[in-house]
Amino acid sequence: MTDATLAVSADPTATHAGEDASRSLASDAWRHLRRNPLFWISVVMIVAFVLMALVPQLFTSTDPNEAILRQARERPNADAWFGRDIQGYDIYSRCIYGARASILVGVFTTLATVLIGGFAGIMAGFYGGISDSVVSRITDIFFAIPFLLGAILFMATFPNTVNSPYAVVVLKVVLALAILGWPSIARLMRSSVLQVKPNDYVQAARALGATPLRIIRSHVLPNSMAPVIVVSTINLGAYIAAEATLSFLGLGLVYPAVSWGVMISDAIVALRTTPHILFFPSLFLSLAVLAFIMLGDAVRDAYDPKTR
Amino acid sequence: MAEAILTATDLVKYYPIKGGVLRRTVGQVKAVDGVSFELYKGETLGIVGESGCGKSTLGRLLMRLEEPTSGSVVFDGIDMYKQRGKAMRKLRRDIQIVFQDPYTSLNPRKTVGDIVGEPFDIHSDVVPKQGRRRAVQDLLDKVGLNPEHINRYPHQFSGGQRQRIGIARGIALNPKVLICDEPVSALDVSVQAQVVNLMERLQDELGLSYIFIAHDLSVVRHISDRVGVMYLGKMAELGDEDQVYSRPTHPYTQALLSAVPVPDPTLREKREQIVLKGDVPSPANPPSGCRFHTRCFKAQDKCKVDVPELILRPDGVDQHLSACHFAAPREIIETIDVSEIDAPTGGWAAETASEWAAEKPS
Amino acid sequence: MTTTAPSDAATTRGEARRQATASSAYKPKDGCLLEVDDLFVEFHTEDGVAKAINGVSFNLYQGETLAILGESGSGKSVTAQAIMGILDMPPARIPSGQVRYCGQDLLTMPEEQRRKTRGPEISMVFQDALSSLNPVFPVGWQIAEMFRQHRGMNKSDALERAVKLMQRVQIPAAKERVKAYPHQFSGGMRQRIMIAMAIALDPAVLIADEPTTALDVTVQAQIMALLQELQEERQMGLILITHDLGVVADVADKIAVMYAGRIVERADVYDLYRQPAHPYTKGLLESIPRLDQKGQTLTAIGGLPPNLTRIPPGCAFNPRCPYAQDICTKDRPELREVLPGRQAACHFSEEVLHG
Repeated sequence: MTDATLAVSADPTATHAGEDASRSLASDAWRHLRRNPLFWISVVMIVAFVLMALVPQLFTSTDPNEAILRQARERPNADAWFGRDIQGYDIYSRCIYGARASILVGVFTTLATVLIGGFAGIMAGFYGGISDSVVSRITDIFFAIPFLLGAILFMATFPNTVNSPYAVVVLKVVLALAILGWPSIARLMRSSVLQVKPNDYVQAARALGATPLRIIRSHVLPNSMAPVIVVSTINLGAYIAAEATLSFLGLGLVYPAVSWGVMISDAIVALRTTPHILFFPSLFLSLAVLAFIMLGDAVRDAYDPKTR
Repeated sequence: MAEAILTATDLVKYYPIKGGVLRRTVGQVKAVDGVSFELYKGETLGIVGESGCGKSTLGRLLMRLEEPTSGSVVFDGIDMYKQRGKAMRKLRRDIQIVFQDPYTSLNPRKTVGDIVGEPFDIHSDVVPKQGRRRAVQDLLDKVGLNPEHINRYPHQFSGGQRQRIGIARGIALNPKVLICDEPVSALDVSVQAQVVNLMERLQDELGLSYIFIAHDLSVVRHISDRVGVMYLGKMAELGDEDQVYSRPTHPYTQALLSAVPVPDPTLREKREQIVLKGDVPSPANPPSGCRFHTRCFKAQDKCKVDVPELILRPDGVDQHLSACHFAAPREIIETIDVSEIDAPTGGWAAETASEWAAEKPS
Repeated sequence: MTTTAPSDAATTRGEARRQATASSAYKPKDGCLLEVDDLFVEFHTEDGVAKAINGVSFNLYQGETLAILGESGSGKSVTAQAIMGILDMPPARIPSGQVRYCGQDLLTMPEEQRRKTRGPEISMVFQDALSSLNPVFPVGWQIAEMFRQHRGMNKSDALERAVKLMQRVQIPAAKERVKAYPHQFSGGMRQRIMIAMAIALDPAVLIADEPTTALDVTVQAQIMALLQELQEERQMGLILITHDLGVVADVADKIAVMYAGRIVERADVYDLYRQPAHPYTKGLLESIPRLDQKGQTLTAIGGLPPNLTRIPPGCAFNPRCPYAQDICTKDRPELREVLPGRQAACHFSEEVLHG
C-alpha cells in the first residue's frame, strides 16, 4: 500500500466541505458498482432471464409443449426463430420457458444455502469451542459428499414422475442441491466471522454488556456478509448449471416441465445434422450462468477496497 | 487519602497451548502471572511494559473481556468475577474501555451516531429514547467533534477523530473507571497531544479514574499519577510517577528508562545507556526465579531460584513497591520540573479542546 | 549523572560510536553523494491526483546522517521509494525532478542499470521486517542471495559471507541460525537481518524507513546503536525516515522536516531543537511529552494534516498555523535561508525563531 492511500484519507472530512455527506460502505460499494460496465451487462441479462421466468408470455406466444412433428428438426425460420427440435417443439419458446426452472432453482437453492450455511457458520465461528467442533464436523461430513454425485443419488432415490406437480419437482432439486451446497457457505461464513470477531468494535460491544444476539445481529453479521454474498451470487450460476446437469441426466425436471438441461439432452442425438437444436439452449444456459458469475465478480470488486 | 476504587489481587491468566494430533494442552502461555494493585479514585495509574509483558491482557481482564485463570478484581466493593447476567451488565456501566486501533475499534458499517448511541440502546434506562440523539450530540461535542457529523461513517474520519469517537462511546454511560489500552499509540505525533489533552480534560470534568496502558514511557509519565512497570506477566515496580521515573529501583525499569530517546540532542553524550543482553524470553517458558534474571546486569545466584516479592523497598528518599532482591535506586534521567514555567507562547492555544473549531475552512 | 559501574554494561551513546570508528578496518567510498533535485511525485487515484511530493531537494554526504522527519501524509516514505525506484508507476508518476547519485540521474536511467545501483550502492531497510523478508527461505539464503546475484559468488562462499554479516549485526549463534526461517526470529532480530542484507554489498547510501517504529524501546535502542556503528564504520550516508523526534535527536546530524510533500525546514540537529524556525516544527516540539520533564503542558497542533488531493493554497500549513496571516493563504513560502546554515519555508520565521 503506497503512501497515496494514507495521503488521501488524511482528511476525509474536507472532501465534502459544507455538506453533511454520509457515505456508508454500502453506498461506496454502490458507487463503484455503478461504474463497472460488467455490472450493467450482467444486470441486463439477469433482468431478461427473470422476466422470462416470470412472464414468458412477454417473449413468446407459442406453447413450449406443442409438438408439430411434421416440422421437426426445422432450421431457424420466420415461424420458429430458433427452429424446432426432433419432436417438433419450438426451440425458442422452450428456451424462454426453460428460464423459469433455472431461475427458480438458482434463487431458492441460494437462499436455502445462505440460510442454513450462514446459521451454521455463525454458530461455529461465534461461539467456538464445542459448538465449533460439532458444527464443523457435520459440515465436513456433508462437504465430503461429492456434489453432483450426491445430487444424482438424491434425485434417483426420490424420482419424479410425469404426474409430479411442478412445484414438487423444483423443490426436490432445490433440496438436493441445498443439502450438498450449504457446507461451503458455512465454512465461508465461519471464517468470515472468525475474522470479524477479534475486532475491537466487537470487544467494545461486549464491554458494554451487549447480549450475544445483539452482537451477532448488529456487529458480526453485517461485517461478515460480504464474502458470503459474493460467493452466493457466483454459486447461483453454478446451481443453474447443476440443475441443467441433473435434468440432462433425466433426474431433474421431467416432462411437462421445460428445462434447458432436458433440451440439451434431447439435442445430443441429432447433433451432427442439426446442431441448432443444441446451440440455442446451450447458449441460454451459458449466458445465464455467466451473468451471475459476472455479477458476483462485480460485487466482489466493489466491496474489496484493495482492488480499486 | 483517596479510597481504592478498584483492587486487583493476584490476577493470573494462562492461555493453553494446544499441540499434537489430539490437540492436548502441551503448555501454557503465562500472559499475566500474579498481578496485584489498587486504583484510587480520581487518579491515573499508568501501566507500562514492552511487548509480551501482559499489559493488554491485564486490561482485558479488568474489563472481564477475558475470564481469569485465578485472582479477583473488587470494583467499588463488588467482586467482579462473581457477578452474572444483569448484575454484571449493570457493573459494566461503571468501567469502560478505549481501544488502541482507531481503525478496528469502530464498526465500519454503523454511523457515528449509532456507535456512540449504542451504550444507550443496551442500557436503555440511562437515557430515554427521545433524548438519545441529543445525548449523542452532546458527547460528540464534549470530545471535540462536530455534532452535525452524527450521520457520518467511521471511514470519513481521521485516526485522531476516530479515537475521539471511541472515547465518546467510552464515557457515554458516565463510568467511574476508564481503561485506556494504548489510546494514542496508533496516532500521528501531532494528533497524540490533542487526544492526551482531551483525556486529561475529561478526567477533570467527569471525575474519572484512568488505567492508562501504554508502551510510550514519555506519554505515561505525562498523564499518570502512579505507574506500574510490567515484565513477562508480573509487576516489576509500582509507585508514584516521581518515584518510578526519578528513582527507579528495579533494574528493568532502569534499563527501560535508559533506552527511551529524549528529543534533546544535547543529552547525547550525557545519558547513559544500559544495554540488556539477549532477547525477551517467551511467556510460554518464563525463566525460573526472577523472570528478569536472564537479562539482568545485577543477577546473582539467588535470582535464579527465589521469586522476588513486590514489596516496599527503600529508594533513597522514601520507599515504593519493587520486585527485585537487590533493588537500589539509580538516577537514569535528570528530571526537570517545568510546571512553573509559563506555557510556551507564540500563538498556540494552551489546549485545543475543540479540534473542529480550530479547523479553518479551506 | 551517576557514574557507570564497569560491571553493568552501560556506556554513553557517544562512547559507543567512537569505539566503532576506532576499530574500523573499512575503507570508505570517495566523493559519491546523493542529490535530490526539485523532485515531484504524484499519485493518480480515484479521488483525484494526490500530490505526494512537491519540490523536494536535499543532498546527502558521506558519513552523514540526514533525518527526514514527518508524519503520515508528509511524503517522507514516498521520497525514499522514489530514490530507490520502487514506486508503483502507475498510480505514481514523477512529472519532474532528478535524483542524482555520483552525478548520474537515477530516474532517467534504464531499469537494468538502476537495478545495479539498488543494493550495491543505495540500499534500504524497511519498517516491517516480517513482511519484507521472504517467509519460505532461510535467512542465510536470503542474505547470501545478495552476493550470488550481484557479485556472482558461489553458494558456499556467499553463505560464509552471510554468516559473517549476521555476526556483525550481533545475531547470537549466527552459524547455527543461518538456516533458520524469518518467523523463528524475534522482531529485533529480523530487523538486524534486514540490516545485514542492506549492508551486505557495502552500499554508499543506506535509507532506513521507520526502522524501529514497530519495535520495543529497548530493542529500538539496540538497533539504532547498530545502525550508527555501521554507518561510522563504513562512512555510509544514512537517511533516517521517521516521525520520532526522540530518535532523531539521538542520531541525526541534519534534519529535513517535511509537511504535505515539501521540506518546510532544514537545519542542523542542535539548532532545530533549540530554536525551530517553522511553526510546524515548533508545534511538534511543543506537543510531545518528554521523559525527563514533569508538569508539562502539551500544546497540540489543532486541525488535521491536509488531504493531498486538495492541498490548501498558499502555505499548506496555514489552516493550522497560529502565525498565519493573509499572505499565507495566497503566497506559498519558498525555502529560504533564515539564519546561516538554516532554511525554513515560512513568511514569519523570524517571529517563530524568537518565540
